Amino acid sequence: MPSARCSMLDRADQPGTATPADPTGELRPVAFRGAGFAPKASRRAGWIALALVIALWQVAGSAGWVNPLFLPAPLSIARAIYQLALSGALWQHLSYSIMRIGAGWILGTIAGVIIGFSIGLSSLARGVGITFISALFPIPKIALLPLLILWLGIGEEPKIATIALGVFFSTAISVYSGVDAVPRNLIRMAQSFNVPFHAIVRRVIWPGALPSILAGFRITASIALLLVVSAEMIGAEFGIGAFVLQAGNLMQTDQLLAGVVILSLFGLAVGKLINMLEVRLLHWR
Amino acid sequence: MDLIADHISHRFGTLEVLDDVSFTVSSGEVVAIVGPSGCGKSTLLSILGGLLRPSAGQAELRGAAPPASFNPLTFVFQDFALLPWCTVAENVEFPLLHSGLGAAERQAIVGDALRRTGLSDFRATYPKQLSGGMRQRVGIARALAVRPAILLMDEPLSALDSQTRELLMEDFINLLTDGTMGAVYVTHNLEEAVRLADRIVVLSRRPGRVREVVSIPMTRAERGDIGARGKLLSLQNQLWSLIREEAIDAEREVQHA
Repeated sequence: MPSARCSMLDRADQPGTATPADPTGELRPVAFRGAGFAPKASRRAGWIALALVIALWQVAGSAGWVNPLFLPAPLSIARAIYQLALSGALWQHLSYSIMRIGAGWILGTIAGVIIGFSIGLSSLARGVGITFISALFPIPKIALLPLLILWLGIGEEPKIATIALGVFFSTAISVYSGVDAVPRNLIRMAQSFNVPFHAIVRRVIWPGALPSILAGFRITASIALLLVVSAEMIGAEFGIGAFVLQAGNLMQTDQLLAGVVILSLFGLAVGKLINMLEVRLLHWR
Repeated sequence: MDLIADHISHRFGTLEVLDDVSFTVSSGEVVAIVGPSGCGKSTLLSILGGLLRPSAGQAELRGAAPPASFNPLTFVFQDFALLPWCTVAENVEFPLLHSGLGAAERQAIVGDALRRTGLSDFRATYPKQLSGGMRQRVGIARALAVRPAILLMDEPLSALDSQTRELLMEDFINLLTDGTMGAVYVTHNLEEAVRLADRIVVLSRRPGRVREVVSIPMTRAERGDIGARGKLLSLQNQLWSLIREEAIDAEREVQHA
């Protein structure tokens, strides 16, 4: 009697040992069971759906199905944007908002990157920093605007400071999370080659943390946009937020929605810019 | 330059990992460290390479490092540890960037290391574009670029498929043939150990103690002969008999953990 090992190996060569299929039986394909669970985004379908909704909205407006005071038609909004652009009001409001967002975002990002790296690299900074960030992060930053107005006056500073505060906490968190996520084996590799500390930070930790930092930028850009509109609604003469509020007070809903469209286009442009940065800086992924 | 493990013990918290491990790696010698899973092989290598401070004892060097060496004790890692944002050439150049060499000298060294490892055509390739075997070749080229006296190899083939392992094993044998470079080779693969090492340090299960030191009475060139295979297999069996019972115990311990 052959051993178990031999019989397993030889079985394929001995047609009599396996249960034979009926050679005259009907052939049928193996049923495919692997469909689904792999959704693919179709850009064209998305654009078509968007165009349909806008067209339906326009038809509803033109046919008088909805009161234009409550929901002006897309063409009215486009006309309002055109007139705003012609009069120069659009650029005036937009330039104030961009200046506030830019200044607040840059200040908050610089502070967030410095503090985030300190927390990621130093035990002392981690102990102190995480405690403070955990305590202060949940505060809605817009609630601090009145206090910041008391401290800094009624000019641009409190608005910029509010945006900077909002951006700072999210940036610091994404930076130290990014530093923590740098694979330890890469740091140990660099140490094993006697690479100095500053070079490990620059050549290993910074590029390793960059995906998380850029993901943080995406979040802080939307935080900055949210805060600039809120701050401008609370106390500003110019700025898209102030313009939207004034339009609402005057029941100029086409102007109001023109402001909203401009804000969303601005948000889209910033998102696109971050996409381009990611493609350029993270091409190795 | 000799590398000495001098009564090294280590514990992680209350977990005792290594207990009074001592041996010497002489200049140009290849020493394999084998033992059951969790016996502290990789921990021992980290201590020998200065990446982990032992709880007791120390790693010591005796004699001068080769004058041209930029990093006498150089690791080759199991997971390759390549910088994913750097090309093959940049990865190999990375440890030389702070060596004080000029760009031209660095490029010459990188070019030589890439040529020795068959990577010259892959200079501008990123790690993600390479197979596991080619990635480990980059790790080896990076190690060769700093002209080490002793390579510290932490299961360098265990993440690779068996065919790639075989090809890289041949590369290791060629690299270590002339005796200018020594190595400490941590592995759980006894075949790799008997093919590559001059001596094999067998560790007991945790806490790892030196259970036996087995010398291989053949040159690496002789081990390639067909006639030597029986002898190598018998050595491998001898090692397995030393480890087997403890490997079973170690496996059950892991399963119950």
